[in-house]
Amino acid sequence: MQVPAQFDYERATGVRHAIALLTRYGPESRLVAGGHSLIPMMKLRIANPETLIDINDLDELTGISITDGALRIGAMVRHAELLDSPLAVEHFPILVDAERVIADPVVRNRGTIGGSLCQADPSEDLSAAFTALHAVAVIEGESGRREVPAREFHTGPYQTVVGDAEILVEVRVPIRTGSGSAYEKVERRVGDWAVAAGGAALWLDGDTVGEVGIGLTAVGAAHFCAPQAEDFLRGGPATEERFAEAGRIAAEHVRPTADQRGPEDYKRHLAGELTTRALRRAAARARGSEA
Amino acid sequence: MTTTDTTGVDAPGTAPTEVAPTQVCASTPMGYGSMRRKEDARFIRGQGRYLDDIALPGMLHGAILRSPFAHARIVSIDTSAAEAHPKVKAVITGETLAGLGLAWMPTLSHDVQAVLATDKVRFQGQEVAFVVAEDRYAARDALGLIEVDYEPLDAVIDARTALDEGAPVIRDDLDGRTDNHIFDWEAGDAAATDDVFARADVVAECDMLYPRVHPAPMETCGSIASMDPVTGKLVVYTTTQAPHAHRTVYALVAGLPEHKIQIIAPDIGGGFGNKVGIYPGYVCAVVGTIVTGVPVKWVEDRSENLMATSFARDYHMRGEIASTKDGKLLGVRVKVLADHGAFNGTAQPSKMPAGLFHVFSGSYDIAAAHCQVTGVYTNKAPGGVAYACSFRITEAVYLIERLVDVLARDQGWDPAELRMKNLVQPEQFPYTTALGWEYDSGDYPRTLQKALDIAGYAELRREQAEKRERGELMGIGISFFTEAVGAGPRKTMDILGLGMADGAELRVHPTGKAVLRLSCMSQGQGHSTTFAQIVAQELGISPDDIEVVQGDTDQTPFGLGTYASRSTPVSGAATVMVARKVRERAKIVAAAMLEVSPDDLEWEKGRFQVAGDPSASAAIADIAMAAHSDLELPDGVEGHLDATCVYNPPNLTYPCGAYICVVDVDAGTGQVKVRRFIAVDDCGVRINPMIVEGQVHGGLADGVGMALMQLMAFDSDGNHLGASFMDYLLPTAMECPSWELGETVTPSPHHPIGAKGVGESATVGSPPAVVNAVLDAIGVRHADMPLTPAHVWRAMRGDPIRTDLAID
Repeated sequence: MQVPAQFDYERATGVRHAIALLTRYGPESRLVAGGHSLIPMMKLRIANPETLIDINDLDELTGISITDGALRIGAMVRHAELLDSPLAVEHFPILVDAERVIADPVVRNRGTIGGSLCQADPSEDLSAAFTALHAVAVIEGESGRREVPAREFHTGPYQTVVGDAEILVEVRVPIRTGSGSAYEKVERRVGDWAVAAGGAALWLDGDTVGEVGIGLTAVGAAHFCAPQAEDFLRGGPATEERFAEAGRIAAEHVRPTADQRGPEDYKRHLAGELTTRALRRAAARARGSEA
Repeated sequence: MTTTDTTGVDAPGTAPTEVAPTQVCASTPMGYGSMRRKEDARFIRGQGRYLDDIALPGMLHGAILRSPFAHARIVSIDTSAAEAHPKVKAVITGETLAGLGLAWMPTLSHDVQAVLATDKVRFQGQEVAFVVAEDRYAARDALGLIEVDYEPLDAVIDARTALDEGAPVIRDDLDGRTDNHIFDWEAGDAAATDDVFARADVVAECDMLYPRVHPAPMETCGSIASMDPVTGKLVVYTTTQAPHAHRTVYALVAGLPEHKIQIIAPDIGGGFGNKVGIYPGYVCAVVGTIVTGVPVKWVEDRSENLMATSFARDYHMRGEIASTKDGKLLGVRVKVLADHGAFNGTAQPSKMPAGLFHVFSGSYDIAAAHCQVTGVYTNKAPGGVAYACSFRITEAVYLIERLVDVLARDQGWDPAELRMKNLVQPEQFPYTTALGWEYDSGDYPRTLQKALDIAGYAELRREQAEKRERGELMGIGISFFTEAVGAGPRKTMDILGLGMADGAELRVHPTGKAVLRLSCMSQGQGHSTTFAQIVAQELGISPDDIEVVQGDTDQTPFGLGTYASRSTPVSGAATVMVARKVRERAKIVAAAMLEVSPDDLEWEKGRFQVAGDPSASAAIADIAMAAHSDLELPDGVEGHLDATCVYNPPNLTYPCGAYICVVDVDAGTGQVKVRRFIAVDDCGVRINPMIVEGQVHGGLADGVGMALMQLMAFDSDGNHLGASFMDYLLPTAMECPSWELGETVTPSPHHPIGAKGVGESATVGSPPAVVNAVLDAIGVRHADMPLTPAHVWRAMRGDPIRTDLAID
């Protein structure tokens, strides 16, 4: 019978209040945002928090905007909102690609960007997407705000740098010219977690790769990224041959584990194949030549 | 034999050759036709009344503690902390039940099954203890307070090792048991088949697994048991497809007098065979109400449903097919290893341990066939016959349709031509197969040709060739199936000695409205509509004026229920016969009303009129009132207007169908896209074509699911790897193309209105079409279901996955 164990419930009225509640209730308390990971885990009694601190009233964590030359996405932005965001479409289509394949409309209507990142599921899609974009996470605690690069945000499966009494408040992605980005995912069925997925962001200077980011999902890539493949591409020509080689390099460095979604060799193959495909589409977008 | 056909094609770009899509009648027909479902007004308003919607006064809630191990000895169970919980009313263990003689119960397959484990647990998720508490939260909390000391044992997970020397003996509860063997069973003529194979020009063989899958109905199983301590009457609200069978089994198992048991099946949210058997939770709820004196509700959650209730298939098959060098099929034979789990609890005709699997010679004129089936115990949940399988015809159709494709591939023959060349011909009906079945009717070549025409088969093959030139992978898969549905007759088909016949009672009220009482039980099939339409067709009463009562054993006649697509063939026939009995009575009443001889009356739908004088007539409503009135009736004619009937089917009905699937495969990732699916079904006369098409749609989605994603695998410790919808994948609309349906109609000659069953046709027929299409696309001889992206990619590399075990 899937019913949760008993817990206390608090409704936060602001970020400072939420932090105070986290401080008061300690490590056995959990923030609840969309609840689409936490509540099922509680019903299965995999998670048994003593206190839920509801942050759904925190309007200061909502909204998508361009602020100080960066795309700012509030932690409480729902997946559906990011999926439909004209700013995301314009600047970072990788986010729209990723959102389109996250779960289903019911989950996307409720689940949040911050919730996904903080859940830190190795198969979660946005972590790789923000990693590819060289995004920055903004975390607030009692002593104020701090910024952490997306690729330093995760410390392991289901683990992040966000402290017990801290809240992820927003994600920022610096906007630079010449960018193109894309996300490619293989799933067994629509709405399933990724068997593997690859995201790529390119900043082209003519035909040269000025900057590049590659994010990989569910293939055991440390911090969701592929630095060796990025290093290979950076400063070189953006060609099909080099994208294929980057895929090969990315595949070489991942550490996938077999599960019912697929064996290790297949996931390693996908890491390469999807890296190459994402790079190809990102380049086409950067050139404004996507079919 | 007459054959008619119509086509409803709804995919863009495909030119329908005949008639338009099925029209839904806005107004109610007085008989057959695509009228909207009477029950839907209730369901779409959220006014269905399912098991979990029912709350009885004072009702308590049960929860089951389940085994985390696949195989372990129970050293001790300490329930004291749970019993001390302030909201807990009772904790029941196997020991408690043993005291009542209820620790074990009979299965539907000559075995016993633990209700709550006493000695050992034999599969992960097996029932160990039952808590009754004031609410479901407390019941669940208390499960965590029960301490069970287990001594883990080696588990038998790979069915292929179950009979190995030294394998752990799972059923040491059975006297003298030293291995995991359940049964050996065979059908067909082994010698004749061997002879055919010895002389054949060509033989193709193939090992294939039809993996363990689960029906996963939207509503899980549950029960509310309520024993009245004063009257001694037990009322059980429960999710059952077969309420009368349940009542009798409760009487036999619990020793309760049968007239003091009332089974009520409320609305059921899908069954597919999952809700045929009696589960331990049901028995525990009954014990719970007896112990506490108040009603006890137990409703399982999704994981419990997937882990512990009736699964389907799990057939390891080695098939062989023989033909001449010209492609004339000669023989087929198969050896099956059947994984039945820890208890032999398959729900099928008692005399047939492999169900109706021995229809595996399929739709072809094959001289000789033989099968040998061995059933084994493993440390997995019991079951095997569920999920719209028509008693294992799913496995049979998959076997023959894969073998035909393998043979075609080996010989370079076109799979459509090979099928067409070997189909049973229309003039051969009734056709007796090499395995002894008498197929009633069909025009197989016409049905296949129709599917090929809708598909544009030649053009598809051209497109495929062009794409191959460009390195793109496209596949076309065909299956042609013959179903066998509508079990009995009672002398050959029974469950626990109860013959497979079904009753119907029809009562026309004085004002001409009617109530029809049935022994079958809808799980969403639309019985309230279809059966009302049958009466409407026979008596001329509007379907809206006919109440269909089902599911309550105190309100309905005895019968074996709804499974294996038997409602229309059996209860439908019972309904026709009972309506005709009423019509005969009405005729005598009408004769008395009109003061003529019954022989002078003619039936015009809805009224009897005097031959040659249409002005002298009586409508059914007038007749009904007269039958209840002071009208003097002829001697020997009872008043009122009602009748009862029990229908014992003379034979099964044999629907058929030709399915064609078109897929595109991404060579770089192994992902499969089902682009088109053409389904031409022949289920005889269609009472409500819209409902038939709905049934077909659902079954086709099942086929896509089984072929591409659905799976319950187990790791070497016996952990269930498909125990939630995160791991057990059901297809969605996104995986389904817009179905392209067609039909041919060859009425069943032995059914009173020529109807055949259809509920499971598409689930039975579609998986091989999808698999054949994928393997055609990637040029691989065989790979087992499900063809997930990983599996397709591996199969392309000649290294297919063993899908019943954990991927490592």
